[in-house]
Amino acid sequence: MIRTRILPILTVVAAIIAVWYAFAVVLNAPFERSAAERAGETISFTEIVPRTMGQQRPVLPAPHQVAVEIWETTAEKSITSKRSLIYHAWVTLSATLLGFMMGTALGILLAVGIVHSRVLDKSMMPWVITSQTIPILALAPMIIVVFNSVGVTGLLPKALISTYLSFFPVAVGMVKGLRSPETMHMDLMHTYSANRSQTFWKLRWPSSVPFLFTSMKIGIAASLVGAIVGELPTGAVAGLGARLLAGSYYGQTVQIWSALLVAAILAGLLVGLIGWIGGWLNRRMGVREARA
Amino acid sequence: MSGNSVISTSALDLVFETNDGPVHALSDITLDIRKGEFVSLIGPSGCGKTTLLRVIADLEHPTGGTITVNGISPHEARLKRAYGYVFQAAALFPWRTIADNVGLPLEVMGLDRAERDARVTENLELVDLAGFEKKFPWQLSGGMQQRASIARALAVQPDMLLMDEPFGALDEIVRDHLNVQLLKLWAATHKTIVFVTHSIPEAVFLSTKIVVMSPRPGRIHEVIDCDLGDDRPLEVRETPEFLKIAHQVREGLAAGHAYD
Repeated sequence: MIRTRILPILTVVAAIIAVWYAFAVVLNAPFERSAAERAGETISFTEIVPRTMGQQRPVLPAPHQVAVEIWETTAEKSITSKRSLIYHAWVTLSATLLGFMMGTALGILLAVGIVHSRVLDKSMMPWVITSQTIPILALAPMIIVVFNSVGVTGLLPKALISTYLSFFPVAVGMVKGLRSPETMHMDLMHTYSANRSQTFWKLRWPSSVPFLFTSMKIGIAASLVGAIVGELPTGAVAGLGARLLAGSYYGQTVQIWSALLVAAILAGLLVGLIGWIGGWLNRRMGVREARA
Repeated sequence: MSGNSVISTSALDLVFETNDGPVHALSDITLDIRKGEFVSLIGPSGCGKTTLLRVIADLEHPTGGTITVNGISPHEARLKRAYGYVFQAAALFPWRTIADNVGLPLEVMGLDRAERDARVTENLELVDLAGFEKKFPWQLSGGMQQRASIARALAVQPDMLLMDEPFGALDEIVRDHLNVQLLKLWAATHKTIVFVTHSIPEAVFLSTKIVVMSPRPGRIHEVIDCDLGDDRPLEVRETPEFLKIAHQVREGLAAGHAYD
């Protein structure tokens, strides 16, 4: 376990942090040089390096600056505080989860319709694909504004953007999954004179479960992106998206990077959770365990 | 047409329309299978033996001629669950245990739990799989999986078993063993069995009637009666009677251009 799973991950993390520090030095050095120039000093490389890691508004904050910022805004703040990252993460997470659940349900419903009806297959599938070619950044403010004008604000409009992004992978994956039973299995149900709903519940649905979880992993990551994008046009009230926007207004790069990192950690946890549930269900369904 | 005929076809034709033009899968098939017979359909690939079995099962639809199963159309017979079908592969659902796989057709039929359990137990015993109820398919060998699929076909309690090269994917030792078991099962239940194979010894060992088919177009070349008695140990395959019929089948296949 430690050698095969943890060690490779830690190696990559260490490499990323090393590269990150190197870039922090390279990108933040010009500021220090020009500052020294203005002060009429000459400054050596060994003097520059420590200064590049402690700037107020660095081009690229050093990892430990981000770590300190995250620590201060999570552990040292009450979670009800507007300055707590946990509070903002929760705002984003609740929209993500609501949107993801609606998106998954919509995706499954669409897939069931497409698989069972030739008309839906021909008419819906092109629209499902077209829907994803519209840049969400252009669409998100419209959704927020339209809902705002009819008095719907807060969670729901953001969740709808998540829904918009997450229904697609689920619909596509489930169409594939519901069509995945072998011909022989379909013939078998036919010899039993099984009706459509029996074929669906006893064959198509169980066959599609692995596909469902694979697409749900993509869907939940997309949901999180959707919720964050949905928070940008709301005037930076709350949420990780609001933190990103506020950070960029005031040039608070440390704040931006810590919000980014928290969003990434959140996405990782959510994808991991879906994967874990999927694995658990697979084992319950008797699927042969992969040999480690 | 005799009174106790279960499957009766007359001038049956089936043409598949493909991108390369029409394929004549079945041509002028006239065949009568009586109750309790063990009929093997033998022939090379492309002779239509599987297609004929699928027509009987209402999985394919003939383009000409007539066919009745139990005196009614194959479609009606399928709705009445007149047959159990065994495929080339076991085709068990991997997410169901052996018991749940055998119980699958019974769930579709809407039988209650107690009746299902009773039939599952009975049929798993029949194929020597008692004690494997809770195992998943992957935990069983290929031969055991195929036996489970036979139990599943039998659970419907059909008068007829349609078997499409059921032992084709198994090694010869397992196949011999299952042949003996199948014969015992047939003797015990008096079901009508239609059995597709491309093995001459298997056909001669199992059958009461061997239908030799030839390809392009798929047609019946010859029907050979074959009766080696009810009690057939594996050793029967070394007797002159056995070899004589096997020879006859081989001649029939050659004359039907099966070896071209």
